[in-house]
Amino acid sequence: METILEMRNITKTFPGVKALNNVNLSVRKGEIHALVGENGAGKSTLMKVLSGVYPHGSYEGEIHYNGEEQHFRDIGDSERKGIIIIHQELALVPLLSIAENIFLGNEPAKFGIIDWHIAESRTRDLLAKVGLKEDPLTLITNLGVGKQQLVEIAKALSKEVELLILDEPTASLNEKDSDALLALLLEFKAQGISSILISHKLNEVGKVADRITVLRDGATIETLDKDQISEDRIVTSMVGRQLADRFPQREPNIGEVVFEVKDWVVHHHIHGDRTVINGINLNVRKGEVVGIAGLMGAGRTEFAMSVFGKAYGQKISGEVFVKGKKVDVSTIGKAVDNGIAYVTEDRKTYGLNLIDHIKHNTTIAHLDGVSKNGVIDDMAELKVANEYRRKTNIRSSSIYQKTGNLSGGNQQKVVLSKWLFANPDLLILDEPTRGIDVGAKYEIYSIINQLVSEGKSVLMISSEMPELLGVCDRIYVMNQGRLVGEMPAAEASQEKIMRAIIRAEGKAS
Amino acid sequence: MTIETAATQGKKDFKTDGSALKGNFREYGLVLALILIMLFFQFTTSGTLFRPVNLTNLVLQNSYIIIMALGMLLVIVAGHIDLSVGSVSGFVGGLAAVMMVQWHVHYIPATIICLIVGGAIGAAQGYWVAYHKIPSFIVTLAGMLVFKGLALWLLGGQSVGPFPAQFQLLSSGFIPDFFGGTTFNITSMLIGIILVALMIYFSIRGRAKREKHGYEGEPFALFIAKNVIIAGIILYLTYLLSSYKGLPNVLIVMSILIALFVFVTKRMTIGRRIYAMGGNEKAAKLSGIKTERLTFFTFVNMGVLAALAGLIFAARLNTATPKAGLGFELDVIAAVFIGGASAMGGVGQVMGAVIGAFIMGVMNNGMSIMGVNIDWQQVIKGLVLLAAVVFDVYNKNKA
Repeated sequence: METILEMRNITKTFPGVKALNNVNLSVRKGEIHALVGENGAGKSTLMKVLSGVYPHGSYEGEIHYNGEEQHFRDIGDSERKGIIIIHQELALVPLLSIAENIFLGNEPAKFGIIDWHIAESRTRDLLAKVGLKEDPLTLITNLGVGKQQLVEIAKALSKEVELLILDEPTASLNEKDSDALLALLLEFKAQGISSILISHKLNEVGKVADRITVLRDGATIETLDKDQISEDRIVTSMVGRQLADRFPQREPNIGEVVFEVKDWVVHHHIHGDRTVINGINLNVRKGEVVGIAGLMGAGRTEFAMSVFGKAYGQKISGEVFVKGKKVDVSTIGKAVDNGIAYVTEDRKTYGLNLIDHIKHNTTIAHLDGVSKNGVIDDMAELKVANEYRRKTNIRSSSIYQKTGNLSGGNQQKVVLSKWLFANPDLLILDEPTRGIDVGAKYEIYSIINQLVSEGKSVLMISSEMPELLGVCDRIYVMNQGRLVGEMPAAEASQEKIMRAIIRAEGKAS
Repeated sequence: MTIETAATQGKKDFKTDGSALKGNFREYGLVLALILIMLFFQFTTSGTLFRPVNLTNLVLQNSYIIIMALGMLLVIVAGHIDLSVGSVSGFVGGLAAVMMVQWHVHYIPATIICLIVGGAIGAAQGYWVAYHKIPSFIVTLAGMLVFKGLALWLLGGQSVGPFPAQFQLLSSGFIPDFFGGTTFNITSMLIGIILVALMIYFSIRGRAKREKHGYEGEPFALFIAKNVIIAGIILYLTYLLSSYKGLPNVLIVMSILIALFVFVTKRMTIGRRIYAMGGNEKAAKLSGIKTERLTFFTFVNMGVLAALAGLIFAARLNTATPKAGLGFELDVIAAVFIGGASAMGGVGQVMGAVIGAFIMGVMNNGMSIMGVNIDWQQVIKGLVLLAAVVFDVYNKNKA
């Protein structure tokens, strides 16, 4: 069979991280090629290299498409060649109509005047192709996620697509919509359109994919043919890596239960009828590091933020106990006062004041600790900031360096300092090592160890399973807003966690 | 006290590393710009600018802008804007006139009521901004129209005055001389000397405290030079003012407010939280800061200061007119931005806004003396505002 796309020895480096390392991917004409791997394995990065989001020259390696080597400088370049990517987060303008969205930036126009008759009639044809029965003038905001996904695909079709890339297209779809979408992919295949399907749901991959390429740690592990595809094989391939000395040793010294959540239910912050967290019960003991494993979108962040002063969601019900006493966590202030701290996964948006320096960022969550009657004691604050800078080993010229100019790892340490200074009993860490290099990761793990040895407790959310296995004492597995597994880290393995997730996915979809 | 805190605050951030120095460079640069502008006009007006009577006028003319700039700084640092301050100050001036002149209310309760009304107006606007997330631009644009209209209605389209003599002293009075100086106000000069002494005392104490804790301050020579220069400037200006009528009452009010706001923004938790909120509201919220309440507070504060400014302006004109306060918001906002505040929030200094207001004031004053037409004055002021902000942005991008 003819090859449409050949990516050879692609290497992409970010400051401090090698995101892709000699990755090879070859897609045949008219096949559905699945790309699987853990979060952070490099799937999205690879697709960004392909579509020109990372322009030619910012990576090493070659892209051959339809037999020619390509040097895409931006998305426009790749789109002109018929490579269309549909991202996980949909890129539609909510207050424009279907037709306006489909032809956005590509309007049928003469001298800048749009011919809406053509746009609408072509939209109608495209919608028919994807099986969506909606008026072209309907606003996107009035469509459900599944239908929006179809609009995205119709938009791709409007551009004479030859290679369609779908990044987790069914992540937010229900079973019926997912099936419809997969059926559509098969139909495209019949018309000769090739697709790359990025998905976590191995059952649907098994249903439609002709071949599967597995990525792990930014490298191609193997490409499997349809007849070789089995869940066991994929799981082993996805997670089979060595746990070398990437994690500092710790002697666990675990006490009584410090933190407990009972029957926690949270609804979506906009769509109040959608249950995001469904009856979670968990506990954390003194001096214990407890992990929450799960795929992206499993509801882990939503759970953590809803516990932390109801910072996420609505119609929240359930009870929180700290040291055996029921506590009120209805505002962030109360949650902090009751000894809970939450270190966000998105430090730039939710963690730091990037235009201010380390000192001010360190004390902001606990200004009472350096002030009296509302007046800040300069010397006390200086001392605290310097102390935590040393403690967490922040590399900067001084505590007066702007946090916006620090590296990701050091930024993370500032966020940690902030919450360590607030002196919580339970520290919730949400993806504490996302996007930071291996060395800084080790330092963060050391800080975690130091913390629990001082008698604090840690609840850690991470999408990197080796990290959970290396750092935690106990691991919960979450999927679609429910806990679907609990195991001591000693008995846990990546296969076990993956299996728990996949079993639950199978039940759900 | 004012200058004391300003002086030590420069020192506080003074570290051997370059980034802190760069931050202070902005503040020094602003002072330098003000001095250069003053020298320029001193030269072009052949010495009129620094005449005691003109210097006194300069203070009186700009006091209400500076007072509103203090509140506007907090609003802008918090990430908002208040377009209504001119109308609100005009409305409150009218209210004061109606109460004192037409209803014969004693000036003290009338003043207090006016300040409360100002606070209530700020609260009404802040409520929509803070708790309903209506953009402040829109809310205060509405406020601007509403209070302009209400001022017209309240005064019936007429000017109302004159005010009781006691009330006029707020703007036109001077510190009385207890030592009976005839051509020279000895009390005023003494206040200046005491101020300088206090400033030097706090400067030295602050430095000693830092050294005791093992933190290095700025080089000793620079420390001495800075204190000597600032002391010299204060003593000289006080001397000039004393040789006319003394320190104006409104200067005292203004100085106390500036000192208070420097202290609040530099040393108090509430000030720190406003900066944190302006810098990253989501992060501030997730740090347990009650961002809604804080936003609400900045607008209430702004309302009270706009009311005070309205009273001072009315007392100065000795009459309340329906047109009072027209366009003040533009001068106030310009002063804050010239002073280095960021339209994105989170950045800005009280002293910067004050100096920014003085830069505008000196330019108004100097150009008027020079006989520059009002039309060209506007053009030049506009260009200076743009230049100051472009300079800021350019510097930031370079850094």
